[in-house]
Amino acid sequence: MSSSFTKSTARNIFYGGSVFFFLLFLGLTFDTMNTLPKRDNSANLTESAIRGKKIWETRNCIGCHTLLGEGAYFAPELGNVYKRRGPEFIKAWMAAQPTGAPGRRQMPQFNLNEKEMNDLVEFLKYSSEINTNNWPPNIEG
Amino acid sequence: MQYKSQAVAKPYFIAAIALFVGQILFGLIMGLQYLIGDFLFPLIPFNVARMVHTNLLIVWLLFGFMGAAYYLIPEESERELHSPKLAMLMFWVFLVAGALTIVGYLAVPYASLAHLTGNDLLETMGREFLEQPLPTKVGIVIVALVFLFNISMTVLKGRKTSISLVMLAGLWGLAIFFLFSFYNPSNLVKDKFYWWWVVHLWVEGVWELILGAMLAFVLIKVTGVDREVIEKWLYSIIAMSLITGIIGTGHHYFWIGAPEYWQWWGSVFSALEPIPFFMMTVFAFNMVNRRRRDHPNRAAVLWALGTGVMAFLGAGVWGFLHTLSPVNYYTHGTQITAAHGHMAFYGAYAMVVMTIISYTMPLMHGRQANSNRAQVVEMWSFWMMTVSMVFITLFLTAAGVLQVWLQRVATSPLSFMATQDQIAIFYWLRLASGVVFTLGLGLYIFSFFVGGDKAESASQA
Repeated sequence: MSSSFTKSTARNIFYGGSVFFFLLFLGLTFDTMNTLPKRDNSANLTESAIRGKKIWETRNCIGCHTLLGEGAYFAPELGNVYKRRGPEFIKAWMAAQPTGAPGRRQMPQFNLNEKEMNDLVEFLKYSSEINTNNWPPNIEG
Repeated sequence: MQYKSQAVAKPYFIAAIALFVGQILFGLIMGLQYLIGDFLFPLIPFNVARMVHTNLLIVWLLFGFMGAAYYLIPEESERELHSPKLAMLMFWVFLVAGALTIVGYLAVPYASLAHLTGNDLLETMGREFLEQPLPTKVGIVIVALVFLFNISMTVLKGRKTSISLVMLAGLWGLAIFFLFSFYNPSNLVKDKFYWWWVVHLWVEGVWELILGAMLAFVLIKVTGVDREVIEKWLYSIIAMSLITGIIGTGHHYFWIGAPEYWQWWGSVFSALEPIPFFMMTVFAFNMVNRRRRDHPNRAAVLWALGTGVMAFLGAGVWGFLHTLSPVNYYTHGTQITAAHGHMAFYGAYAMVVMTIISYTMPLMHGRQANSNRAQVVEMWSFWMMTVSMVFITLFLTAAGVLQVWLQRVATSPLSFMATQDQIAIFYWLRLASGVVFTLGLGLYIFSFFVGGDKAESASQA
C-alpha cells in the first residue's frame, strides 16, 4: 500500500466505518421493528401458539428440522408443514414416531399430551402465516 | 516466550484440541446417520449429536481465542498477565461447565434438561447454536467477564499496540453480542432477527477482529516485517470486515418475515464480504514474501498462509455463492449452507487457532520451533485436514445443487426425504472425506509427540 495511506488513516476508516454502519444497522432495525406487525403474523400469536413455541424449543426440533429455512438439514422444513400436511396429519405423524423402519432416519417419540400437541400445531400454523416473501419456492419446502 | 504468565495459554490450547477431537467424532456419527438413519438411535438421536458437534466447535474455538489472548496480550503489552491465577481458575470453570453441558445433552432428554436447569425462569434454550442451559449461558458470561477483566487490566497497565487493541475490541464485542442469547421473544420473527445478532455479528463481525489480530501477531513474529506495515493491513482488513459485515447481516433477513428491503441491503453488502477475506490472503502471502528472516517454524507459516486462503474460499467464495437474494431463494436451508458453514469455520477459525497453537506451543516448551521431523508430520496433517475439508465442501455443494434442483426447481418436485435418497452418494463421499479428516486430526495430535534432533530444536530466540 502506498505511503500516503498510513496506519492512522486505516485506523480512522475502521472506527468511522464501523460506527457509521452500526448506526445505519440500528436505523434499519428500528424501521424493521415498526414495519413488522404488518408482516410477522403477530396478530395470531395466541397464548396457545406461544406455549407451542416453547414445546418446539424444549424438544430441540431445530436440531433436525429447519424453520423458515434455519436449523438442521436432516429432516423436512416445518415453516410450511401446516400448509403441506394439515393439523391432523402432524398429530398422527408425531404419535406414530419412531417408525422403526430399518435404516431410515428416526424421529424420537416426545409423548406430548393432547393439549401440548394442539399448542405445537397452533405454533406451526402461526409460523406458516408469516410473510416470508413467498419462501419456500414450493410446498415441499 | 518472554513472560512467564504466557504459559497459561498451554492448558487452553490442550483443551481446545481435545474438544476438537470430540467435535469431529460426533461429526462422523452424524455423517453416518445421514446414510444409516437409525444408527445409534435412540441412544444418540441426530439432534443431540448435532448439538454436541456445533457446541463443541464453539467452545473449542473460544478456548483457542482465550489461549491466544493469554499468550499474545502479555507479549504485546510487555508485562506479565494481570492475574495468571484467575486465568487458571477460569480455565477450570469453563472446562467443567462445558463438560457438564455436553454430559447433560447426552444423558438426559433435552426437555428434562431444560426443566432441570431452570429454562422456565428464562426461556433461552432450543435455538440453533444457543442450546446451552441457562446456568451454562450465565457461566459463559461470567467466564468472559473475568477473562476480559484480566486481559484488559494487562493492556491498560502496559504497552498499547494496535494488535492488542483490536484483539480486545473483538473479545469485548464477542461478550456483548452474546448477551442477545438471553433475549428470546415469543414473536418468531423477532426471535430470529435478534438471534442473528449473536450468530452473524460473531462470525461475520467481531470474530474477524480476533482472527485478524491473531494472524497479524503470528505474521509479525514469523516474518519480521515492520509492525507499522502489518498493523496498517490489520486495520484495513477489519475496517472492510465491519463495513461489509454489519449490514451484511441482512442476508439472513430475506425469508424470515423481515421487510423486503433487506434483500437489497443484504445482497449488496454481503456481496462485498469476500473483500476483507481476499485482503487477508494477499496480506499473509505479501508479508511472507517480504519476510526479513526465515523463521525455523515453517509449520506455523504454512498454517498462517492456509488460514488466509481457506478463509477466503470458505467464508468469501462459498459465502458469495449463495448470498444474493435471487440465488438464496432457492438455496436457503439446503446442503449448500452446510457446505459453506464447514469450510468457513474450518478455514477461518479452526485454522487460525491451529496457527497460533503451532507458533506458540514450541515456544512454551522452550524452543523456537519443533524438530524437522515433527514439523513434517504437522504439515502432513495440515494437508490431510485441509484437502479433505475441501472435498467435504465440494461433495456437500454437489448434494446441495441436486437437492435444490430435485426439491425446488424440477417440474414435478420431490419431497424432502425422496430427495435425500437421491443424493445419498454425495453423503457417502462426504463421510469418506470426513474419515480422512479424522485421520489428519489424529496425525496432528501425533505431531506433538514426535521428538527429533535436539540440535534443530535448540533455542535461537
